Amino acid sequence: MEIPKSFLGYKRENGRVGTRNHVVILPVDDISNACAEAVANNIKGTFAIPHAYGRLQFGADLELFFDTMIGTGKNPNVAACVVIGIEPKWTKRIVDAIATTGKPVEGFSIEGAGDIKTIMTASKKAQEFSQWASEKQREECPLSDLWISVKCGESDTTSGMAANPAVGNLMDKLEPLGVHLCFGETSELTGAEKVCATRGSTPEAQKKFMKTWSDYNDFILKEATNDLSESQPTAGNIAGGLTTIEEKAFGNFQKIGSRKFIDVLTPAEEPKKGPGLYFMDTSSAAGECLTLQAAAGFNIHLFPTGQGNIIGNAIEPVVKLTGNPSTAVNMKEHIDLDVSKILKREMNMDQAGDELIKTTIRAASGRLTCAEVLGHKEFIMTKLFRSA
Amino acid sequence: MADTDIIIHDEKDNVGVVVIEKITPNQECNCWIMENDKSVKIQSKNEIPLGHKIAMIDFKEGDTILKYGHDIGKVVKDIKKGEHVHVHNVKTKKW
Repeated sequence: MEIPKSFLGYKRENGRVGTRNHVVILPVDDISNACAEAVANNIKGTFAIPHAYGRLQFGADLELFFDTMIGTGKNPNVAACVVIGIEPKWTKRIVDAIATTGKPVEGFSIEGAGDIKTIMTASKKAQEFSQWASEKQREECPLSDLWISVKCGESDTTSGMAANPAVGNLMDKLEPLGVHLCFGETSELTGAEKVCATRGSTPEAQKKFMKTWSDYNDFILKEATNDLSESQPTAGNIAGGLTTIEEKAFGNFQKIGSRKFIDVLTPAEEPKKGPGLYFMDTSSAAGECLTLQAAAGFNIHLFPTGQGNIIGNAIEPVVKLTGNPSTAVNMKEHIDLDVSKILKREMNMDQAGDELIKTTIRAASGRLTCAEVLGHKEFIMTKLFRSA
Repeated sequence: MADTDIIIHDEKDNVGVVVIEKITPNQECNCWIMENDKSVKIQSKNEIPLGHKIAMIDFKEGDTILKYGHDIGKVVKDIKKGEHVHVHNVKTKKW
């Protein structure tokens, strides 16, 4: 197949391109969720992203909180953003950082004004932003404006045989076109970590990966009551035919095809070394991983699943594919692309990769994904340690 | 083309994965090697369910299982070509 050269996206002020045109009402903290949701309810064409944190966090945990909030607002899928927090200082820090993109953003703090007055003033600004954003048009953009993140979930043996290598095939075809790519899941690479490290394109990237993985492994050994040999692979994995954690990890690893990663990102860190594949240190919990990847600026997500994970994301469209024929039928409403024909040899990996490229470009150009239509807007903060 | 019973990821792999509901003892199975799109045949010795692995060669205790072209564990009990490969005869090298 000749790979299409372009997709239809929204060009942003800072040169990035969005696959969506969201107007987001972003609460800074847990107690501002009510106000943000009231504004989103008042003003059509907007939505709130409620979450559970933002109070009394400190140190590295607080910095990750800010990186996640700011990165979410800066993501090119967000056209404009209203930020609402209880106190002015943290609200302003988030607003000022989002404003560096040049997009419309304004902050409101509730203390001293109360919910009702804040809802009124913030709603007026949200109306202005919603009507402004509604006039934005999609334009033809090169594929290099795609920033694609990947993560798999509810994996079974079909994941390693079909859906994950289909994603790998897409990576092999799109990376040479200048696309940004990102995989994560530090824990799920256990067993394949040494081979994964050799996929670093430079000695620095390889070293950084091994340090990231070792830090994680030390944390597990310190906090866990036993090693992971009882839970990786899980009883369900074993029933499905997965024998060892190495086998599970190499199945996961199929998602990056034969690519090499150019850098290792901390959670929510924006890639700065240009196009290519990046590894991000993330949890393997889907909600947390996708939220961090979206906060790093990725504008479309590919999610291979075996048994049928139903995850979505607040601002990043999530394209789901499966190689499991039962999941493809029984959970049809969640599956954007069925590649189960690979198991019957009615489709080869090259064809599966091509189909996934087509599906990805359609979603990037505006076709709603299954997760979007079903209302999945997961936004899950990664918490490093307990609050003060 | 004959229906595929077993998929082998990589040319180097010494196990394949059952992709039909189950294979029965002494079944003549069609295997597809995905990496090079070639076909091979193997005769099974056990019943092996969907998603589980079959030995493509004879293994001795201490041998290494290769899947995806990589080391995924060690043989802890001799395995004959065509037998079921799983937690009863293979263990991780990690712990």
